[in-house]
Amino acid sequence: MTDSVVETDMVIIGAGPVGLFAVFEAGLLGLRCHLVDNLDKIGGQCAELYPDKPIYDIPAVPRCTGQQLIDNLLEQIRPFEPVFHLREQAERLERRPGGGWRVETSAGTVFESPVVVIAAGAGSFVPRRLPLPGAETFEGRSLFYAVRRSEAFRDHRVVVAGGGDSALDWVLALQPLARSIALVHRRDEFRAAPDSVERMRRLVAEGRMRLVIGQITALEGVEGQLTGLRVKLQDGREERLDCDRLLAFYGLKMELGPLADWGLELDRGLVKVDTEAFETSLPGVFAIGDICTYPGKLKLILSGFHEAALMCQKAFRYCRPEERLVFRYTTSSTDLQKKLGVI
Amino acid sequence: MPTIRVIDREGKLRELEAPVGWSVMEVIREAGLPIEAACGGCCACATCHVYVDPAWLGRLEPPHADETMMLDEAFQVRDESRLSCQIKVTPELDGLTVTLAPEF
Repeated sequence: MTDSVVETDMVIIGAGPVGLFAVFEAGLLGLRCHLVDNLDKIGGQCAELYPDKPIYDIPAVPRCTGQQLIDNLLEQIRPFEPVFHLREQAERLERRPGGGWRVETSAGTVFESPVVVIAAGAGSFVPRRLPLPGAETFEGRSLFYAVRRSEAFRDHRVVVAGGGDSALDWVLALQPLARSIALVHRRDEFRAAPDSVERMRRLVAEGRMRLVIGQITALEGVEGQLTGLRVKLQDGREERLDCDRLLAFYGLKMELGPLADWGLELDRGLVKVDTEAFETSLPGVFAIGDICTYPGKLKLILSGFHEAALMCQKAFRYCRPEERLVFRYTTSSTDLQKKLGVI
Repeated sequence: MPTIRVIDREGKLRELEAPVGWSVMEVIREAGLPIEAACGGCCACATCHVYVDPAWLGRLEPPHADETMMLDEAFQVRDESRLSCQIKVTPELDGLTVTLAPEF
């Protein structure tokens, strides 16, 4: 928790490609930005879903991967020194009595700014929850989707579900602490780093942990405390595992999250904007990229870049009402080149 | 034009016109059925998970390794599980029947 308030020109919710490019366009106009993202890394879907997949439709970039696009954008916006607040979800948006907006995050960070830009793509990435009857009664008590403190697993009968890096990393980290530990995965192949898989297999061979190939079908326990779970094995048989701490890693999903309740005008889960400034129904709150909708909207990264540029023109008027904005090109303006740090 | 048959999560069967060359996910999505298809069809998530009618399973191109891997992020995966973005409509698939997997 922070007690101090971060004052800035623009709070950008979402650190995907469109949020990043908004930093550039804002920076050219002399506006400072803070970005909030629930992921643990910069780049949104490009970094989380398809870092290694090719993208062919960025103007003048014939081919790049999702991660390369993000790396290039980060290089492009470096002169403007954006501040990132990762692993934080924007929870509340409130109008300030004196004008402008107040944004509060899940980590307690508070921002005050004349402009808020929602560049949240398809929403926040949140862990996929176990879709089994009664699962919610165990969540936070004996069923977890992340580890806050390893000590909470000491001397427990731990089951980890999943086949990616998170599952394997936590199996290896918790194995020395746990009373017993088992990894449950639907097939005997793993997406996780080969080195972790090999270490896991060695522990299994030494009898220090179990590997169960199958899918969890039911949870057992009372009043939030798991006692065991049922796993359907590959051959169709069912096995019961003792378990009082279950860690489930089934990847992340995207959901609109708290911003659905901010009083924005929505259309089928998207934020309605005008096409002059990409402003929402709340003055000074803009929405750009995949999360916004207007007649003719296409969910393309290049559309989001365009939206960012136009949005900044109006955002400037909220941030610097006393100043006149003159339109200039980076090619010819020494003022812009100074901001970019190239002269 | 081929037709594909889609059973939604309420068990209702719909017959959808399926242009050759579209993916089955695209046919389902464009018909307005609830399929999330979060990544837009690049095999980077598992939110277009369907169960293929076992009678049709052998007539599809087998899944690539990255499709099998992405199915790790689905739940209630069965032998007949596929990601519908990876099934391309061909004239031979006229009558293909798939069921939308539970939302996750």
